[in-house]
Amino acid sequence: MPTLPAGPPVISAQQLSKHYGDFKAVDGISFEVPAGESFGLLGPNGAGKSTTMRMIGGVSQRTSGQLTIMGLDPEEHGPEVRAHLGVVPQQDNLDEELKVRDNLLVYGRYFGLPMSYLKPKADELLEFAQLTDKASAKVDALSGGMKRRLTIARSLINEPKILLLDEPTTGLDPQARHILWDRLFRLKESGVTLILTTHYMDEAEQLCDRLVVVDKGQIMAEGSPAQLIRDHSTREVLELRFGSERNTTVAADLQGIGDRLEPLPDRVLIYTHDGEAALEEVTARGLRPITSLVRRSSLEDVFLRLTGRSLVD
Amino acid sequence: MTDRDPAASVQDAAVNQPYRLHAHKPEVSARRARAFGSWYYAEHVLRSMNSYKWTLLASSVGTPVMYLFAMGIGLATLVDQNAAGAFGGVSYLAFIAPALLASATIMIAATEFTYPVMDGFKWRRVYYGPHASPLNTDQIVNGHVIAVTARLTASTIIYFLIVAAFGASPSLTGAAVIPVAVLSGLAFGLPLMAYSASVEEDKGQFALVMRFIVTPLFLFSGTFFPLDTLPVFLRWIGWISPLWHGTELGRALTYGYDLPVWLAVVHVLFLVVLAAIGLRLARSVYARRLGK
Repeated sequence: MPTLPAGPPVISAQQLSKHYGDFKAVDGISFEVPAGESFGLLGPNGAGKSTTMRMIGGVSQRTSGQLTIMGLDPEEHGPEVRAHLGVVPQQDNLDEELKVRDNLLVYGRYFGLPMSYLKPKADELLEFAQLTDKASAKVDALSGGMKRRLTIARSLINEPKILLLDEPTTGLDPQARHILWDRLFRLKESGVTLILTTHYMDEAEQLCDRLVVVDKGQIMAEGSPAQLIRDHSTREVLELRFGSERNTTVAADLQGIGDRLEPLPDRVLIYTHDGEAALEEVTARGLRPITSLVRRSSLEDVFLRLTGRSLVD
Repeated sequence: MTDRDPAASVQDAAVNQPYRLHAHKPEVSARRARAFGSWYYAEHVLRSMNSYKWTLLASSVGTPVMYLFAMGIGLATLVDQNAAGAFGGVSYLAFIAPALLASATIMIAATEFTYPVMDGFKWRRVYYGPHASPLNTDQIVNGHVIAVTARLTASTIIYFLIVAAFGASPSLTGAAVIPVAVLSGLAFGLPLMAYSASVEEDKGQFALVMRFIVTPLFLFSGTFFPLDTLPVFLRWIGWISPLWHGTELGRALTYGYDLPVWLAVVHVLFLVVLAAIGLRLARSVYARRLGK
């Protein structure tokens, strides 16, 4: 089936909601994902990201709203929808009693794929996931990063056009994360639509063409990483440290510098289009911070601004 | 697809073009999964069992040999000397063989439908893999049941062959005890599967099931002595026990124990209905829990 560049969205959610009793895990979110896009759901723990992913994955029923994947309603066409998808769940659920390669083979069987296809495909995916050496090892002998790579390899066994990744790199060391990002980027290049949740801002900036920030089951903002930074933060941020006792008291003396001021227990943040100029004004007012740092505004600033700094759980 | 250098190494091909082999279309996957999904999952469970096949085989052979020597030879010598004729004119060994056979099947079912179910939902979350695939939850239940049935059948065949080697199944219809024992295992195992699926956290419930359900059933289901010799207030344990119904049928098949046809029908119906209710309950508990 040729993919039409301006075709209908591969995923469309309208006022999608999921309630558990009185708790609104997902509360009326709407978004569309065109084919080939890399779309991210960002949000703190408990924001409703995984619940949304499970509804898209056709394994959890919605309470209300509309949802289609490849034009199909997952509640009416569950097997058809799931046949289009590759799924990387938040928690690995590999069969640890089977060998690495056998995990790929049995998974491929769920799609009715014949062994004549699966055997070379499994070898190819092991190569892709850099696990060829481990093909006949037991899964419980793998490190966390290897298991994650195997889970991603498994999700590709049916050559899905849509890949759902729920916190794909949580708990991995930097090396493993970079290998995974590289692999995901290659998939994106080959035209796979990626839907991913994460609470790593660098991951979102690396991988997502467009993202939504979700909090308390609702969409707080939507756009490309650059656009979100433009809309919800300033170009630069000046970070000043005056020592934990003085940060809040000194804030009064900093009023009027930059666009916005945020005193935190350990430092004061000044949001401004020009960090150096702001710093000059701080010194001009006779204030002597212990350390100062001018940096580009990041997605993390946007995220914290939209979802707050207090702990969620 | 772009043109590729045919000499490019597998690695280059894999890294640059992860989709090289062309799986069949998603529509085909969905159609096949709808038609054969239960078997696909059964295949997976059997492959997992295959990884500890020697343990399974050793217990399938060791258990009957142990019981038949201890009860059927050791205890039987004493029983036959003192109570000859108390067991419908057959040896004590022939009397207990079908009961041991059915109880072994039930014990295996009790193991396969407790901890592995917990493993599927909680410990290693094995069910959530197929759940995200085109399979549906009923097929996951069916597949697990098919695989366990295969294991029960294989073990029961081995057990029966050893029983026969001990000369403890004199009737020609003896081999028909195999499906009866497997049915007994499912009649006990499927309701247990539904219960296991509803257990959110293992706080020793399964150990309690073994100690306070499986063991009493084993002892009070007319296994080692006819149910009639128990006081009336204990006989109900036998009546509700799949083991008793299976054993009564088994005795009729292995040594011609006198069982009226209508009663045989009742025994079979009891087992079938219990298994069917268990399967239905298991499907609904699985659907609820996996679909949260």
